[in-house]
Amino acid sequence: MSELGYQKKGMSKRGKRKMVVALVLLGVAIATVLALTAFEENLLYFYSPTQIHDGEAPANRSFRVGGMVVDGSVQREQNSLAIRFDLSDNANVVPVTYSGILPDLFREGQGIVAIGKLDNQGLFIADEVLAKHDENYMPPEVHEALKAGEAANKAAQTLTN
Amino acid sequence: MWNWIQKFSSPKYFYDMSAKLIPWFAVAAFLLSVYGLYLGLFVAPPDYQQGESYRIIYIHVPSAWMSLFVYMVMAISAGIGLIWQIRLADVIAAASAPIGASFTFIALITGSLWGKPMWGAYWVWDARLTSELILLFLYFGYMALQASIEDQRMADKASGLLAIVGVVNIPIIHYSVEWWNTLHQGATVTKLDKPSIHIDMLIPLLLMALAFKLLYVALVLVRARNEVLYRDRNRRWVRELIESL
Repeated sequence: MSELGYQKKGMSKRGKRKMVVALVLLGVAIATVLALTAFEENLLYFYSPTQIHDGEAPANRSFRVGGMVVDGSVQREQNSLAIRFDLSDNANVVPVTYSGILPDLFREGQGIVAIGKLDNQGLFIADEVLAKHDENYMPPEVHEALKAGEAANKAAQTLTN
Repeated sequence: MWNWIQKFSSPKYFYDMSAKLIPWFAVAAFLLSVYGLYLGLFVAPPDYQQGESYRIIYIHVPSAWMSLFVYMVMAISAGIGLIWQIRLADVIAAASAPIGASFTFIALITGSLWGKPMWGAYWVWDARLTSELILLFLYFGYMALQASIEDQRMADKASGLLAIVGVVNIPIIHYSVEWWNTLHQGATVTKLDKPSIHIDMLIPLLLMALAFKLLYVALVLVRARNEVLYRDRNRRWVRELIESL
């Protein structure tokens, strides 16, 4: 009888502690969700060309733009480090100029992030260019084979059309 | 069931049992990491974009995974310690914190060394890197609370609560690359889709991940044994143990 009484008391204490832990976790989770929603914009590491197009990017202030370097858009100036290229998110395009050393991964078709300001003509003047690599890892031969396969598919499609 | 848990979580039983387990985990972790590193550094092909530099994933990715895994072990143990007051659970939590902090530190350092040549910067304040840095501070906070409160039961309570509160950071770290635009890449392996990595590169990565898990088990057992001895230093079984030496 006494043991039952002890157990009951112990259970309710334990139950109370369970409740406290659960409530603390719930409270902190709700607070975090609210905080993250409120600061949503500041947590974006970069803006996309579409966001810039829609006027969501800050004016007169330095910010980051991220996108793919458009194939065939890279123009280098001779005898200087100046470079000009288009950045795309497959919906909109932002032209970028930059003068400086580029990371190894910079190339046409590569995802990059540029830090700088937008001028009046909608040209993005970058102070820094960072390359973004994607989540795909494969040997060069496989990449070549994939590209060849894609090209063959395209050719086949144009033929059937 | 309750009696069974009490028997297995008795400090004395744990102390004797863990001595037998540690060598197995340590040797397995060593052999697996030698094999995993050999495959990863010498056998796996180079990457189509990053060339040879990508091979740092064989340290970076397992460390980053472990930084989250160890935190969950620590928080769950701390929760068990808080609710059911099983002393061994608090010991496991306290023993895990410095190991988890080390994995987090290794993940941050290797990532930074990788970032410079690949991205062009050692550090950026994107959501993934920032949330992982907060994880390191959570580990430090836990360790600081453990060290600064004299009364062990109070120390376990305070630090345990911090560990549980910090759990909200774990999904944020994992999903940061999906929820926000980050410079850090998205998930390659830990997603519902098929992994976006060639099988010859994936196998050494998984071997290294397993090796790091086994290493953690060995390390946490070693640390927990010391912790148990220290906490029970005035109890009879520890005195008897010392006298029998």
